[in-house]
Amino acid sequence: MSTTVQPTKPWKASTQDRLIDFSIFAGSLLASYLIVEVTPMKGKLALFAVFFLVYMFLTAALKGLQRGNAAAKDALVNSLVAIGAIVTVIPIGSILFTVLQKGLPGIKPSIFTHDMSMATPTDPLTNGGLLHAITGTLTLVALALVMSVPIGILTALYLTEIKGRFIGPIRFLVQAMSGVPSIVAGLFILSAILYPITKSYSGFMGALALTILMIPTIARTSEEVLNLIPNDLREAGVALGGTQWRTVAMIVLPAAKSGLITAVILGVARIAGETAPILLLTGGGDRVNPNAFNGPMGSLPYYIWKSFNAGSPEAITRAWAGLLVLVGLVLILFTSARYLGSRKGAK
Amino acid sequence: MATPTPREISTEPRRSDKVFRSVVTAGGLSSLVILGLIALFLGYRGFEVLRQEGIGFITHADWSITTDDAGNVTESHFGLSAMLVGTIMCALVAVVIALPISVFSALFLNFYAPGWLKKFLVAIIDMMAAFPSILFGIWGFLVLMPSVEYWAKLIHRYLGWIPLFDLQVPVFTRSPFVAGVVLAIMIIPIITSVSREVFSQAPLDRIQAAYALGATRWAMIKAVVIPHGRSGVIGGAMLGLGRAMGETVAVFTVLNIVFQINWHVLLGVGGNVASLIILKFGDASPYEIKALMAAGLVLFLLTLVVNAGANAIVKRTGKSGR
Repeated sequence: MSTTVQPTKPWKASTQDRLIDFSIFAGSLLASYLIVEVTPMKGKLALFAVFFLVYMFLTAALKGLQRGNAAAKDALVNSLVAIGAIVTVIPIGSILFTVLQKGLPGIKPSIFTHDMSMATPTDPLTNGGLLHAITGTLTLVALALVMSVPIGILTALYLTEIKGRFIGPIRFLVQAMSGVPSIVAGLFILSAILYPITKSYSGFMGALALTILMIPTIARTSEEVLNLIPNDLREAGVALGGTQWRTVAMIVLPAAKSGLITAVILGVARIAGETAPILLLTGGGDRVNPNAFNGPMGSLPYYIWKSFNAGSPEAITRAWAGLLVLVGLVLILFTSARYLGSRKGAK
Repeated sequence: MATPTPREISTEPRRSDKVFRSVVTAGGLSSLVILGLIALFLGYRGFEVLRQEGIGFITHADWSITTDDAGNVTESHFGLSAMLVGTIMCALVAVVIALPISVFSALFLNFYAPGWLKKFLVAIIDMMAAFPSILFGIWGFLVLMPSVEYWAKLIHRYLGWIPLFDLQVPVFTRSPFVAGVVLAIMIIPIITSVSREVFSQAPLDRIQAAYALGATRWAMIKAVVIPHGRSGVIGGAMLGLGRAMGETVAVFTVLNIVFQINWHVLLGVGGNVASLIILKFGDASPYEIKALMAAGLVLFLLTLVVNAGANAIVKRTGKSGR
């Protein structure tokens, strides 16, 4: 029996280091509090800024004294980078918190079973609901899915399987298409289809605009997924005598299935809350309308927009409740996309 | 014994494959068709107004239309310059604010955060990119705007000697600055994820070489990561710029739209082409709709150019970013 000697880890922070770090943190908190109390600067912003500056200065000075100039700069950047991450996260936290706080009072069972055909946004919350908006959004999304999934996946297949002459331009155009402002997509449908052909607002018009916005998301994510499928599988398919069509349909697409579903879900999350084209094209009805090809169709963004612009406290609560439902939808979609995506990685 | 005739070998694809290849190619070309149709139809509808106004459509600042009782247009002036200036200014404010924050947080995610924190943060930042813009608009209007106006007053008081922040009339509400801050929050996730991807492609051997030579983390980043990722980050910023220029609802809720060219970031007078379309669409006459179509065309071309530039720059760093 021999006793093993524990290796030393000189890079690990010792108790003393941790103590110093903590006292700097506490000290700068105290200092910022004092400065805000004594000087005319007031408010959370000042507290935050002063705390951060003091902390940055103290850590940099300490490291500088211990290890010299380079270490001081390193410590300075440490703090800056951390502040970048914090500032990025604060709005997310604030948005989620506000939506929950202001939306929850407006969530009642009755709003999921009523539409607004007998109510106006300024009515008390017990009147009316957003059933028409939920069904409308689901209809719009379903229609957009039916149109955009084939086109998006075909585009991705062209880029990964066919690799034809236009691969460069098409990749470029898909990128460019993902930058098309949503309002431009709305105007396009308005000018190309609504005015010359159908001449009336309907859910289908909105779904067409959403399709334009959804195709690039699906195409790009699917392309990435299909690129991850090992070439061995394609070669095996061809070696067994399969045509390219059979290889793609029976081997490549099934192998990429969960990734493709992720792509579709990300596309849905992208368009579920799209507002501008909806305002231009759907007409925003107040009752449940099961026919997407005829008559105005409500949707969550339109409902939120209308309630928000009505301006009374009840209407604003309605808008927040609508936002909460919409955000919940996006969150569910996004989490399931993440889950499917990570399963694909594990395989 | 007759020699068997050699089997004919053909490289000609089978009919099913021919069909498959043509269907997929047609699907692939759809993006070309759609983009082409967008330009064609907006141009076709807006042509009348564009011809009438000429170059004044993008150099004049007034937007007015008068009709007689029968509904015929008697006089009309359509000029986009105030809206264009506003669009570019809001988007620039957004990028100037968002770029440093995004770069720092991308560095944090790649080189500082422990694994679990990185996973968590990446998930919520990607999620934020999928938040609907109306959410940012309403949140910005009801929650963020009071704070931002306060910041604007601080900037005006302490930095007012810079012409950009100068104000004759102290009206801070609903200024391009406020819209810029809201847009910045919207594009931070985009720039962060592009930068993160670009930074993560920094060559590992050079990173380790830098550490082996005794570099601190910052020295390593300065020597290896930033030179490698610079153009990718610029491309990401331009993608964010393109998104900010095309944003409609979020800007419309926070910005005070006035047809007047305004170079003062803090003054509560601004514009945005996309918001103009939403603002005027509701009660527009058929002739004004044509002008809005022309405005849409201008916006479309503007974002197309910015995005194309962004993609070209991102591609230069190797694999293209998201």
